[in-house]
Amino acid sequence: MNVAVAKKETGRALSDSFAIARDRLPGSGKVAEARSAAFAAFDRVGLPNRRIEDWKYTDLRALLREVLPPAPAPDAAALSRAAEAVRLRAIKGVRRLVLVDGVFAAKLSELGGLEKGLAVRTLRDVLEAGDAALQAQLLAPDNSNPMVALNSAMMTDGVVVEIADGVVLKQPLHVVHVASGTAPTARFTRSLLRLGKAAGATLVESYIAADGARAYQVHDSLLVTIGDHSRLDHVRLVEDSDDAANICSVVVTLGARAHLNTFGMASGAAVSRYQATIAFAGEHSRVETNGVNLLNGRQHADTTMVMDHAVPNCASREVFRAVVDDRAHSVFQGRIIVRPHAQKTDAKMMTRALLLSDEAEADNKPELEIFADDVTCGHGATTGALDESLLFYLRARGLSEKEAQALLIQAFVGEAIESIVSDELRELVVAAARRWLEARQ
Amino acid sequence: MPAVQETVDRVKRIDVDQYRYGFETLIESDKAPKGLSEDTVRFISAKKNEPAWMLEWRLEAFRRWLTMTEPTWARVNYPKIDYQDLYYYSAPKPKKQIGSLDEIDPEILKTYEKLGIPLREVEVLEGVVRPEGERRIAVDAVFDSVSVATTFQKELKAAGVIFMPISEAIREHPELVQKYLGTVVPTSDNYFATLNSAVFSDGSFVYVPPGVRCPMELSTYFRINERNTGQFERTLIIADKGAYVSYLEGCTAPQRDENQLHAAVVELVTHDDAEIKYSTVQNWYPGNSEGVGGIYNFVTKRGDCRGNNSKISWTQVETGSAITWKYPSCILRGDNSRGEFYSIAISNGHQQVDSGTKMIHLGKNTTSRIISKGIAAGVSQNTYRGLVTAHRKATGARNFTACDSLLIGDKCGAHTVPYVEAKNSSATFEHEATTSKISEDVLFYCVQRGLSQEEAVGLVVNGFVKDVLQQLPMEFAVEAQKLISISLEGSVG
Repeated sequence: MNVAVAKKETGRALSDSFAIARDRLPGSGKVAEARSAAFAAFDRVGLPNRRIEDWKYTDLRALLREVLPPAPAPDAAALSRAAEAVRLRAIKGVRRLVLVDGVFAAKLSELGGLEKGLAVRTLRDVLEAGDAALQAQLLAPDNSNPMVALNSAMMTDGVVVEIADGVVLKQPLHVVHVASGTAPTARFTRSLLRLGKAAGATLVESYIAADGARAYQVHDSLLVTIGDHSRLDHVRLVEDSDDAANICSVVVTLGARAHLNTFGMASGAAVSRYQATIAFAGEHSRVETNGVNLLNGRQHADTTMVMDHAVPNCASREVFRAVVDDRAHSVFQGRIIVRPHAQKTDAKMMTRALLLSDEAEADNKPELEIFADDVTCGHGATTGALDESLLFYLRARGLSEKEAQALLIQAFVGEAIESIVSDELRELVVAAARRWLEARQ
Repeated sequence: MPAVQETVDRVKRIDVDQYRYGFETLIESDKAPKGLSEDTVRFISAKKNEPAWMLEWRLEAFRRWLTMTEPTWARVNYPKIDYQDLYYYSAPKPKKQIGSLDEIDPEILKTYEKLGIPLREVEVLEGVVRPEGERRIAVDAVFDSVSVATTFQKELKAAGVIFMPISEAIREHPELVQKYLGTVVPTSDNYFATLNSAVFSDGSFVYVPPGVRCPMELSTYFRINERNTGQFERTLIIADKGAYVSYLEGCTAPQRDENQLHAAVVELVTHDDAEIKYSTVQNWYPGNSEGVGGIYNFVTKRGDCRGNNSKISWTQVETGSAITWKYPSCILRGDNSRGEFYSIAISNGHQQVDSGTKMIHLGKNTTSRIISKGIAAGVSQNTYRGLVTAHRKATGARNFTACDSLLIGDKCGAHTVPYVEAKNSSATFEHEATTSKISEDVLFYCVQRGLSQEEAVGLVVNGFVKDVLQQLPMEFAVEAQKLISISLEGSVG
């Protein structure tokens, strides 16, 4: 009874804030209509609960309770706190694009000297004055997923990056999401990356908190199209503050002979959900997707992947590792769909969880949905503790318990991290993992 | 890899059009009026001369059923079932009080003979001395809604084993039935189990007392004969401390255009050190090659390893039914208890199979193993849906799962939906679909001795299920064995 009442009240609060915000949200005409429809779609369901199969292990109604009101645009103080946070986590040799509290911060971003064939705009600009085709693409995601619908309704800003045919970016793009406002509020962002034919790029996304940001929510989404013969390398690091929530939806479409290599690591945020749909639209394409969850305290992290083999002759590899300590909860749901006629599909998925504490929990749901006969598909899932005999071996050679554990954990997550092609980025991720391990000791 | 020709031929041989148990037996029968209401429940209960507590139990289930909705989460599609358009009770009309097997309607006996079920205790009657140790099987035959004959009653009684229709057990052993009925699958469990609790007509009851190893295989044979009937049988098997029993179940039905409903409930209970081995050859009529007719098989099977060191093993060979909705499960409550699930599910024509298991680890050092092989052909859909979960206190829980599917043709589908939930760090769960990983060292051993990888895998899988298959009472056992040895080439997930 209480739950029902509570749901109604938070629902109303959000409806009110949508009604108030609607006029100030970027875009009019078709965009505004799409926002209203998306909000109605969200409002029908509300925050997803565990009775919805896709959210079985991640009951947002219990974990988030409510959607916080949208964050106000950052003031000068918030921007300078954000600048400091960005400086601390700066990566050398990348082109930085910064979003502070859901608003593109031009001052903190590097927009000068864009390579030929690279166009960067803000979502706000595109929604307000962009071409219709681009707007339609931005509004395309499926609103049957309530969190996608919410994002479609409320999105304020983001980056829209287009890379022309034949252009291979030398400098990786680094999109930084900084939470800086001190009040508990929500940020709604959506970004788009479009790679033309025979193009190439490296995209790094990181989610960080400035000093003083607390109990905030990040509602992000990313749309990617990879043209024929193009390649995208993607690295994603969730390092939000430990009382924040990060809900992110990703839709990737690959053309023919395209290649996607993506890696994600979640070590921050109290509650995080990364839901990605990767669809093959052209033949002979390949996807490697890898993920690591490093969780402690009472963190909850969910990775939900749909690999949609709609055309023949494509290959996908999924490697996922979870290290779960204290009372944390890691979730992996992977679904491989092989549609009729998608012959010669080669799809593999492996998910492994390492439980470091008796109260830790890991749930795996690796699904296969196969409608074609000439395919090789497989999945594996394991759950267990650290191997006692390996620990003993290391202890016998003088390592402390924690050191021995750290070494084994590093090896455990190493397989997923190794997939990152760029040496600098791999080192960056290894360093982040090491920071997490050191904090354990 | 696609399936090789040999495999395709083998599966074709058991094609839906060749259903050989599709004959109908013409006998008079005694039916309850069509439809479902409290009166139907009262009618069934009265027919069975049940005590008042049993009727109350049924009515409670019926009232609860009215408040429930039919589940839709399984990957099966079928037109809405009209529960008022079915007969809930049908019994061969008794010509007179049956005193011995000789007095059973010869038509029914002939039916079972055609099916190859040895109902008559011929050897016993003729005083044939059998060599020591030769296997015999006691059969309980259920025809539509009632049990028509149970063989070897006397010999079982001497061993202390109770094996009788559950309707008799309710009258003769009410204390046992009351103690166990509905404790594994509660009346409120799910839509079909609740319906079954309200209208179940018969089924088998087995009680094996402490320390007794049941002297023979027990078997129940189900046959739906009457038109438009639903068969709702209920089986309850209890193995008391240190007891052992192996139980086989077979089912067939005539070929009919309309769909018949089969919603059974099976409950198994094992106490300390006890073991139950439950095998099923499900060969209900699957419908014709256009997908017309066939049985809707909505079954709830669950075993409760209540005692320490107890074991429950499910083996199923599923080839029939238009729709199969079945998840034989184990609740591993006792410390060191063990659950096993071996399944071969073959779907052809328009069949839809959504089957799998649940292994719920609650006790310490509990182990479970799941081996599932699905073979889909024609335009069928074959889904494995399984859950493995370890409770916080289930320290040292271990599970190994391997589920393989083989697709034959590009119009069918094979799906795998496993749930793996670990809530404590000492649980070790392995779920895999890659055949080469079934057991690396065993495979290595075989390969080293000259077997190919596939032969080695076949040998390993066969080793798991062989002893069960060999004991299957029907000629189908041979067929099933052939199916099992189907090479695993082209396996997916």
